[in-house]
Amino acid sequence: MTSIIAAIAYLVLAPLVGGLISGIDRKITARMQGRVGPPILQPFYDVAKLFEKEDVTVTPSQNTFILSYLVFMALTGALFFAGEDLLLVIFAFTLAHVFIVLGAYAAFSPYSYIGAERELISLMAYEPMIILTAVGFYLVTGSFYVGDIAASQAPAILYLPGVFVGFLTILTIKLRKSPFDISTSHHAHQELVKGLTTEFSGATLGKIEIAHWYETVVLLGIVYLFFGFNPLLALVAIAVTYVLEIFIDNTFSRMKWQTTLKSGWGAAAILGFLNLVVLYYFYLGV
Amino acid sequence: MAYLKKSPWLLHYDASSCNGCDIEVLACLTPLYDVERFGIINTGNPKHADVFVITGGINEMNRQVVKNIYAQIPDPKVVVAVGVCATSGGVFRECYNIAGGVDQVIPVDVYVPGCAARPESIIDGIVTALGILEEKRTKMKEQEGSA
Ligand code: SF4
Repeated sequence: MTSIIAAIAYLVLAPLVGGLISGIDRKITARMQGRVGPPILQPFYDVAKLFEKEDVTVTPSQNTFILSYLVFMALTGALFFAGEDLLLVIFAFTLAHVFIVLGAYAAFSPYSYIGAERELISLMAYEPMIILTAVGFYLVTGSFYVGDIAASQAPAILYLPGVFVGFLTILTIKLRKSPFDISTSHHAHQELVKGLTTEFSGATLGKIEIAHWYETVVLLGIVYLFFGFNPLLALVAIAVTYVLEIFIDNTFSRMKWQTTLKSGWGAAAILGFLNLVVLYYFYLGV
Repeated sequence: MAYLKKSPWLLHYDASSCNGCDIEVLACLTPLYDVERFGIINTGNPKHADVFVITGGINEMNRQVVKNIYAQIPDPKVVVAVGVCATSGGVFRECYNIAGGVDQVIPVDVYVPGCAARPESIIDGIVTALGILEEKRTKMKEQEGSA
């Protein structure tokens, strides 16, 4: 019962929280650049505006794909907050991204093609690490269920420092931050136009934005799991993590896609894998 | 609700400007003027844009380009011609390859004078354009209602 309530609460509240985080993100970014920056509620204004605009559709199928992206992203989070199996969450998460890539391919434009290809590359780059993260939680808490992991008193972060740093690396990819914002970003890439989202406008673009808010909340939820033994510490960790991401975003310029791939797999192979090997041999679960 | 005014995304196109006006447009994005305060974002994508900012006069080579970009911007949209070149052709008016101001090819809503136009007047022009944008949206809604 509580899990259903948590899932519904997520569906309703996540866009609000995600939008707010994105607004704070833009404000802090602006301050880091010595600017005043937009109001905190700016992301909501943006999305509300997008729904006011004329809907220009290149191919009808793209709208279906983007709707599926939004639905599966919401489902991912609902499963996560309902305390379901983390592996199932990860698969729903991947499926959602497959839909946005299909949507971009459907639009038949060179820019969205490049964006879609680059999105696939980043999908490949972060997938190994995200699965190792799930495995790490299993080794520490003895369960793949988010509910059990969150309730576990084992201090996951102490056992999984490598996995955590690896997860931060792919978090940068997932939040579309520099240096890994190869497929699309919040700032215009003049040479790729807007990459993945070039051909989406109006309400469709608004849905992508909302899906991204849902996504942010799930990702920060995974950060929470590392600190699940102490909720207060977890919230602090989430805040610190996010500010760190903004800082990285503002410090680095965008790098080539090869770097994304190397960083994603490097993080998985070195940080994630070694951490798990050590854990496997020296610690036999709770 | 008038969210359009709170989040105008603009597309900047250099028709055949001497680059003077372009520098001034970009100056609006710097920390000194920071138009993102008003939610203004410089997008590179016509499909995401609401405000079309053009600098420089139209020449025979980019006539089609300007028309094409204009057609790609989803309604409601406004066009701001920045600098005297964009408003009338300016010093290049009599050139053999210049068609004249931007209004020779697409309807212009706001003319921003100056050579080069100052960042303050560009921001002023865009803010004026936002009022027009809102009017256009209301009209669009009415038409949808009656249709
Ligand atoms: S108005 Fe002046 S500064 Fe602007 S493009 Fe024309 S000549 Fe250059």
